[in-house]
Amino acid sequence: MSDPFTFRIDGVAVTAKPGQTIMEAADAAGIYIPRLCDVDGLRHQGGCRVCTVKAGGRSVSSCTQPAEPGLEVENNTEARNRVRRDLVEMLFHEGNHLCPICEKSGNCELQAMAYRLGMTAPTRFPYLEPCRDLDASHPDIALDTNRCISCGRCIRASQDVDGKGVFGYVGRGIHRRVAVNGDNLADTDAVLADKAMSVCPVGCIIRKNEGFRMPIGARHFDHGLIGHEIEEKSK
Amino acid sequence: MTETLVDQRKARVATVSLAGCFGCHMAILDIDERLITLMGLVDFDRSPLTDIKTFTQRCDIGIIEGGCCNEENVHTLLEFRKNCDVLIALGQCAIMGGLPAMRNAIMHSGEPLRECLEEAYISGPYLRNTTRLIPNDPVLPLMLDKVYPCNEIVDIDYQIPGCAPSGDVIFNTLAGLLTGKFAGFDRATLRFD
Repeated sequence: MSDPFTFRIDGVAVTAKPGQTIMEAADAAGIYIPRLCDVDGLRHQGGCRVCTVKAGGRSVSSCTQPAEPGLEVENNTEARNRVRRDLVEMLFHEGNHLCPICEKSGNCELQAMAYRLGMTAPTRFPYLEPCRDLDASHPDIALDTNRCISCGRCIRASQDVDGKGVFGYVGRGIHRRVAVNGDNLADTDAVLADKAMSVCPVGCIIRKNEGFRMPIGARHFDHGLIGHEIEEKSK
Repeated sequence: MTETLVDQRKARVATVSLAGCFGCHMAILDIDERLITLMGLVDFDRSPLTDIKTFTQRCDIGIIEGGCCNEENVHTLLEFRKNCDVLIALGQCAIMGGLPAMRNAIMHSGEPLRECLEEAYISGPYLRNTTRLIPNDPVLPLMLDKVYPCNEIVDIDYQIPGCAPSGDVIFNTLAGLLTGKFAGFDRATLRFD
């Protein structure tokens, strides 16, 4: 049972080890599957659904779905990418994502995903424009929840890596959001060196005293689409 | 739509800056010497570049910078829709409200407009407003409850993202539209900032 096997992504044969997810095998093979809630070093959540692929005719989140011998996976097709673009677009509508004023712009995975998926402008749906809290209580860290996409990376990092549980989900459905375990961040045992403070894909968890440190042109996504590091492995 | 632009006469272009910072109009100048190429393809009607204040005739293209923050912006935008075949939203403010839209939701207030004006004219820490009044002269256009993207007021045909869009993106898009060859944006050059 521990022998490697092959399955196919968009017709390309990919080798996987038993227990690997579709995304893990794809990453190793240099095939990029777009994702927002999943990140190296944290357990998979399958929350954002941006990594949804068609596998064996069913839509599944590739970060959680185990690869199987002979599986046919549809990933980089117009139909899949259209669904992903719609998901990303709805995230832009759900929060307050004003790229021109955001410190994370250029290093933001949500923005970079919009570029990769060719979202020119999020204007098909009404903006929800929620009133959300800004928590600047902590001396080193600020939380601007206007930009939170509820990916849960900080929750998993704090629980699993830092062993603290600074962050957690509260509420249900459309009201579900990420909250801190206390009245505000200063009441928790969060410190800047926590893994949880470095995994935010958007500009929600902000490191104080280093705003706009990277000039335009030197930021992470100024050169190359998100995922190009993975794709270059196959070249 | 493109067929009307590919004929022999020059296309007629109008531009306006609504609730924007004029940066997108400055970015039009960033196309540098290609301005000469562009001027071979278009004539400008009403525009801050020509200082013509009203439409002199129907235009092929209207370029809108900025969203709508007051009733005068809405009036101007409706005029553009009425007088232009193709409307282009240029830059993030026209597309999604941009910086002025910060007053919509991020003020953490049930009355964001009131809070915005009070901080700007009464309670802000760096103010010297001896009258202690918020300007309310009747000639001032009435402010809207929030800043609206252009597409929430009228139909917009094309959107050129960026804050401001680069000269390359502006020129390539306009030249593509004028010659009927526009095939969407290059993902690698797409920017929202």
